[in-house]
Amino acid sequence: MLTNLILLVSVTLMYSTPLIFGALGGVVSERSGVVNIGIEGMMGVGAFAGVAGSYLTGNPWIGFLCAGIAGGLIALLHAMASITFNADQTVSGVAINLLAPGIALFACRLLFDGAAMSPAVNKLPKLFGEGAFNDTPYSSLNVDITVVLALLTALLVWFVLYRTKWGLRIRSVGEHPHASETLGISVRKTRYLCVIVSGVLAGFGGASVTLAIISQFTQTAISGQGFIALAAVIFGKWKPLNTYAACLLFGFTQALAILLGGGATPIPSQIIAMLPYFITIITLVLFVGKSVAPKADGVPYIKGSRA
Amino acid sequence: MEVSSDYAVQMHGITKVFGSFKALDAVDLNVRKQTVHAILGENGAGKSTLMNVLYGLYSADEGEVYLNGERVSISGPTDAIAHGIGMVHQHFMLVENFTVTENIVLGNEVTKAGGVLDPKRAREKVLEIVEEYGFDVDPDAKIEDISVGMQQRVEILKALYRGADTLILDEPTAVLTPQEIEKLIQIMHDLVSKGKTIIVITHKLKEIMSSADECTIIRRGKYMSTVDVSKTSETELATLMVGRNVNLHVEKKPATPGEVVLSIKDLHVKDERGIEQVNGFNLDIRAGEIVGLAGIDGNGQKELADAINALVKPESGTITVKGEEIQGTTPKTVIDHAVATIPSDRHRWGLVLPFTVAENMVLERHNEETFGKGIALDLAKIKEFSQKLIDEFDIRPAECADHQAAGLSGGNQQKVIIAREVSSNPDVLIAIQPTRGLDVGAIEFVHKALIRERDRGAAILLISFELDEIMDVADKMAIIYAGKNVGEFDQGTITEEQAGLLMAGGDAE
Amino acid sequence: MSTLTKIMRKPITSAIVAIFVGLLVASIILVVAGYDPISSFEALIGGMVGKPKYISNVIIKATPLLFTGIAVAFAFRVGLFNIGAEGQYIVGTILAVIVGYSLDLPPVLQIPVVVLVGTAGGAGIGAIIGWLKAQFGINEVITSIMFNWISLYLCNFVVSLPQFHQPNSTSSYSINESGYTTLFYGMKNSEDGAEAIRNIPVIGDAIMRTDVNIGIFVAIIAAIFIGWLLMRTKVGYEMRAVGFNRDAAQFTGINVKKNITLCMAISGALCGLAGALTITGIAPHSIATLAAFENNGFNGLSVAFIANCNPVACIPASFLFAGLLYGGQTVQQTVGAPSEIINIVIGTIVFFMALGGVIPMLADRLDHKRAQKAKKEEAKLAAQVSDASDPSQEEANNAH
Repeated sequence: MLTNLILLVSVTLMYSTPLIFGALGGVVSERSGVVNIGIEGMMGVGAFAGVAGSYLTGNPWIGFLCAGIAGGLIALLHAMASITFNADQTVSGVAINLLAPGIALFACRLLFDGAAMSPAVNKLPKLFGEGAFNDTPYSSLNVDITVVLALLTALLVWFVLYRTKWGLRIRSVGEHPHASETLGISVRKTRYLCVIVSGVLAGFGGASVTLAIISQFTQTAISGQGFIALAAVIFGKWKPLNTYAACLLFGFTQALAILLGGGATPIPSQIIAMLPYFITIITLVLFVGKSVAPKADGVPYIKGSRA
Repeated sequence: MEVSSDYAVQMHGITKVFGSFKALDAVDLNVRKQTVHAILGENGAGKSTLMNVLYGLYSADEGEVYLNGERVSISGPTDAIAHGIGMVHQHFMLVENFTVTENIVLGNEVTKAGGVLDPKRAREKVLEIVEEYGFDVDPDAKIEDISVGMQQRVEILKALYRGADTLILDEPTAVLTPQEIEKLIQIMHDLVSKGKTIIVITHKLKEIMSSADECTIIRRGKYMSTVDVSKTSETELATLMVGRNVNLHVEKKPATPGEVVLSIKDLHVKDERGIEQVNGFNLDIRAGEIVGLAGIDGNGQKELADAINALVKPESGTITVKGEEIQGTTPKTVIDHAVATIPSDRHRWGLVLPFTVAENMVLERHNEETFGKGIALDLAKIKEFSQKLIDEFDIRPAECADHQAAGLSGGNQQKVIIAREVSSNPDVLIAIQPTRGLDVGAIEFVHKALIRERDRGAAILLISFELDEIMDVADKMAIIYAGKNVGEFDQGTITEEQAGLLMAGGDAE
Repeated sequence: MSTLTKIMRKPITSAIVAIFVGLLVASIILVVAGYDPISSFEALIGGMVGKPKYISNVIIKATPLLFTGIAVAFAFRVGLFNIGAEGQYIVGTILAVIVGYSLDLPPVLQIPVVVLVGTAGGAGIGAIIGWLKAQFGINEVITSIMFNWISLYLCNFVVSLPQFHQPNSTSSYSINESGYTTLFYGMKNSEDGAEAIRNIPVIGDAIMRTDVNIGIFVAIIAAIFIGWLLMRTKVGYEMRAVGFNRDAAQFTGINVKKNITLCMAISGALCGLAGALTITGIAPHSIATLAAFENNGFNGLSVAFIANCNPVACIPASFLFAGLLYGGQTVQQTVGAPSEIINIVIGTIVFFMALGGVIPMLADRLDHKRAQKAKKEEAKLAAQVSDASDPSQEEANNAH
């Protein structure tokens, strides 16, 4: 029983970690007023870049860093479209979701002789080092270090958004960009920065799949986590800690599905796999109701136009 | 022009072009230190554009700016703030879900090391200024929870917090009651006595007469003149502003009221937050009369109008049109009872801006057989119908039927709404702030249209925050305070001061 | 306004420029990666239209994309982002298989029943998403994403059920032949018929070797119908009003909740129809366990945006998209360049469609510059004239 419980916790943390990074990226971008449907694509690029970095240098930490940079670069495209060209942010995000996995796989085939997956690379370490608590009931508590990084990132994003002047400015830009501009805050710069940071975080999210959960890049390493992250942002009402909790819920229901789906229960595994998504919808209907986005979310800021 | 340090602000030859439209054409402005200087002009004359140039939100295409006799270049709000200029915009620039303190310090935050906010010291600093100027503001309240008047004081505090010596107020009285206006004028004089200079943008002549020292008049982007307020009259200012002799009063025959058409009995309506905003409201309106509902914004007018339009369900009470109850039904049912509405915010409620003018003309009526059999739309019929209204209501340009409504001027957009609403010959017409943001010509048009409808026999409810408008247009005035009808007066039986007192919850005696 | 700037303002111009830029970006990437772009594009075009068989396959591939494309475009015009097209499509396939396998009516009944049930399934999911939005204000994006996954697992669940599972495979049984919408199906399976088809010049082989089916005709009719519905009917008028300005629509008596629900139901119906027609029209006429999404719905997003959300424009957009996807396989086979270059092409096209406003914006600027230049010259001319005559004339001219 205890072992199962511990396993449940550790699998929950494992599955939620990539979502947390992706969703925090979404929070940062949307709090500044830019809708980011492209999280999925940015995670895909990060998943590849992380593996490529680790493969080429042998150091998974450099890989992790590469993932962030790659995600940030893809996000730059979205920033240019949304901020400089006032493009429809949804359409631009969809484009990113087409473009980014294409780039990732294209590069993968170039680097690994036409294969759609990479060889195994060096992984990021476990929290307490490899093999700690082996042969104890607690061995599964030795989670990936990314689990802790995700928690710290969530706390950091919360702290920056709510306790620093930059956070106050970001939130003001997402709510009332005209007010920010009249106080000398550059809406463009703030939004550019936030969108790029969102890409960096999404890139980390991708790498926390390919450098921690599995240790290679495959075509399906990122398949839908970005969209779930997006859902978590809305579920978490655009607040970093609520979003963190929403990701844990998704991770938990997924872990439950896996642990219950092993034939231990009479319920078919596919039905259990559906549960998380039903639970989400029901929770939204019962408890959350209308989630109110930042007022200027998705609205291009055009200087001189009326609020 | 003589540049001198006697002047807080001097602007010379300012020209600003938007696309092919010259918003400002070589405009001059000289504001003496420690005075209240009014800038007068119609809507769209370029007053706000001029001030946005001074505040660095727009860069001028030509012209120079001098502050205290020194030539400066202001390329953004940051520069303006650094030069001691503060601006209170007509549409408040406040983040609604931030506190008063957060709004005041934003962009200039009080921090500990490393950019970490210091809310305690920020609050103290804000309180210091609040006390110095004797403002009545709660630093911890959220903007969305405080009154419009208080929001305006927060805007002024924002400028003072940044050390502004010169304050620009853009149409500051548009949303205030006569008493609040008086209070604001008092604040302005206090600020001047403490060494500040104030520039007020306005199109209200009376306020200029009672508050300003000097007044610069702008007409269609051009500088007209600067006058000493103590040596001029309202009529002279009006003529300078409009460029022709204007009749400040509305001409109409006495009303001949008939049967009661719209009757509101003991109405109670809650707002989105569950607070009861309409609190036992009663009012009868007869065919052929205009009843003006005077009151300060936020006393239940919005909820009352929403209830009449069946956008919200009242808690209790009845709204009857010709004897039939319509409360709690649907907007469609209300429209089917021949109730037409000119909404307060034409962009939000009145028009579908990306639709063509023709498409906007048939909102509410698109389902009629005339405009297509079955589910099909007869576009030719719609256009023909619209063109008739465009000609009748002189909507410009005359060939705008296929143009997007977004491309029309504010006055013409309002004409589209009025044309649509009265084209069905309604029994009841609800006009909510129908002249907001319009210039003198368009205001005159709207007022005439209301009177024409009255003479046709419609029962008209005019909801306005402009007491003058109600005094001029309405046959009868009702006053709403805290969601209650606190008094009804026939035109000419109440003074502006008495009405103002009732609007503020006082006694007319 | 000159002819050039007029052309620049046309929506089609933005699309053509986007396609051109997409190919340009791909060429640059190919060159950088060490491949010959010219032969890559030759291979691409060869793979798209080189043989009648290829063209036929492109059309078959385009069919579901056209349906989901118009579904997304339609909803987007009403202000709703139907990212759930994928799930609604899957539900269409599931219900088509269940009904098509369980029932065996004569074709005149079987086909409509199977197709309608699939369509209704998609419509049902769409309607739920729309209703949740209308009634509770729950963001349609979040519910759509949830229903995509629910549909995927529902598909896997149905495949796993003993009554539908085809033993020793990862798929379900095929539907009964009476539900097939494959053209010439009977002929293909008789010796004489097959011979007759093979003897048709040029396209005989293509008909024989690909699953030519009625889907594309239905899809084109649907695109035209939706275009008409949106622009020429009272239903579409109300929906567009809701899409542009929900408040004004409500204020003027339009039932916003009904329209949101109805719009999502129609959008879902189109996706369900796509799924059902895929099952009835294309071998193996069954569903299989899904490890990941097959993107028939997600690609509909791209089709819609390439078409600038104009339902009729979705027709060429879906052909382009399907052609690129299908022809892209040839690129890898013949030139060796990774076929993902196609995703990059498509992604770039959609990206530049997102920047769609840029070209009309440039046109405005061009017109403005010209107007200014003309004005300056006019002023100069006036100045020259006035120099010769009367200096006070100049002031008058400048004042204008």
